[in-house]
Amino acid sequence: MFEFTSENLAEFQKILQRYSIKRAALLPALWLVQKQTGFISREAMLYVAGLLDVAPAKVYEVVTFYTMFHQKPVGEYHIQVCRTLSCQLLGSPSITEHLKKRLGIGLGEITTDGRFSLVEVECLGSCGTGPMFQVNDEYHENLTIEKVDKILEELK
Amino acid sequence: MEQRLTKNFKVKDSHRLEVSRAQGGYQSLAKLFQMKPEEVINQVKEAGLRGRGGAGFAAGLKWSFIPKNSGKPVYLTVNADESEPGTFKDRYILELDPHLLIEGIIAACYAIGAHVSYVYIRGEFYFPMQRLQAAIEEAYQAGLLGKNILNSGFDLEVYIHRGAGAYICGEETALLESIEGKRGHPRLKPPYPAIVGLFGCPTIINNVETIASVPYIIQNGVQAYRAVGTQKSPGTKLFCVSGHVVRPGNYERPLGYPLKNLIFEDCGGIRGGKKLKAVIPGGSSTPILDANDVETVLLDYESMEAHGSMLGSGGVIVLDDTTNMVDALGNLARFYAHESCGQCSPCREGTGWAAKILDRMLSGEGRPKDLELLRSIADNMAGKTICVLADSLSMPIWSYMKKFRGEFEAYANPNH
Repeated sequence: MFEFTSENLAEFQKILQRYSIKRAALLPALWLVQKQTGFISREAMLYVAGLLDVAPAKVYEVVTFYTMFHQKPVGEYHIQVCRTLSCQLLGSPSITEHLKKRLGIGLGEITTDGRFSLVEVECLGSCGTGPMFQVNDEYHENLTIEKVDKILEELK
Repeated sequence: MEQRLTKNFKVKDSHRLEVSRAQGGYQSLAKLFQMKPEEVINQVKEAGLRGRGGAGFAAGLKWSFIPKNSGKPVYLTVNADESEPGTFKDRYILELDPHLLIEGIIAACYAIGAHVSYVYIRGEFYFPMQRLQAAIEEAYQAGLLGKNILNSGFDLEVYIHRGAGAYICGEETALLESIEGKRGHPRLKPPYPAIVGLFGCPTIINNVETIASVPYIIQNGVQAYRAVGTQKSPGTKLFCVSGHVVRPGNYERPLGYPLKNLIFEDCGGIRGGKKLKAVIPGGSSTPILDANDVETVLLDYESMEAHGSMLGSGGVIVLDDTTNMVDALGNLARFYAHESCGQCSPCREGTGWAAKILDRMLSGEGRPKDLELLRSIADNMAGKTICVLADSLSMPIWSYMKKFRGEFEAYANPNH
């Protein structure tokens, strides 16, 4: 069973006021779910579908469409390395390889202690400061191998 | 040159209302509310402001498409989904001068008769989103948003809508679908959003930079705006330079500025003493320019077209002479294959096949017929889908294979 905490339910009620149709609150509601539990479970999708009076399939198709919504837990620190052209030109593949080695995991995997997960993503709009990655909501730019090591140390 | 969009970028705490105001922020509102909405639209039309998101459509003309007295609410949605590879300008406006954007939103909404505006920000831009949210709250507290703004009788609510990771939501109708709580599937046009847009109501969608350009026009007038730039491409634009240059970054320059000066003077030339090989001038979808083109091309809509490319979003990606063009195209093909929404078969299948063929060529298993096959895929995607995502890969395929034919032939014949 999933339900919003009373704080998130109040936030959800506030969000509803911004739109003239209920369904428009779907993306914000899913963000709230992910904030609460770190990912969006099937139960949470059913719950949100009920809140917004839409078919569960409509919620499912949205969750699966957008890459930032997780259907299963990710690491405490979710590392997303930009792999698109500007970052690749400045060496993003070597950043990814280094992270795989340091963390001992492949792309799409989580370390056994659950602390780190690693993925490659498409352009994060940080092309002038590549190579770069995002750890949870924070950007780290102009990366070098040394800088990556320092960031990992600080997160440990 | 006078900076218009970036003048506050280096001012300390430029994102805060009191700093913005000390720099002249929101001064255009006094003039705005003395004008009739039609006068505002005409002024933006005469200034010649063209959409800065990529398409370059005349902003004032777009605004004039909103039907009068439709009896329905009118919406302004600001496109802050910035995701065309090579583009990173709107992010800096959001981070460093969010009040300039809000000032522009007020003017645009007043002009088109909108009382609600949504700013659609890509989900990854968490920090820029926080900056804008704080600025919106400051503006409400100062009476610059909400009911009866500065006693003008004009009401306006501004909300942020956070995306969740989908390049396609930068396409204006996919963006509307996303606000409505759906997958980002572009809509068939017509009807255009100005007639049937968000929640079925008349809607204008403008890029962040376009809206941020409006306060200057209101404050200083048409002549001042046209004092720089060219006749058909007036004003200034942000150019985002990335790739193999010494000083990448955002540069505000007048339209018509030589690309060569941008790369070799402003950005300090090619890093590591290498030579220039090619430039993607306006974001990843625009046809590539070679070193010869760069000698003469100017950063405006017309000169770019004359050189077979497009000004696009202003995302300039510079490639040095060590760059493998097959690898570069393969990278972009994977991008478009990943970002295709899957709605139209030519795009869903074509982008995926192009990426697979290029990957195979790069792994040393290219076949002589691959070039013909790639061209055929590009020909069968372009213009055959609901939105231009497919064209955005077709254009690079055609232009890279034409300008750097030898490299592609080598990969198509690995044993020769």
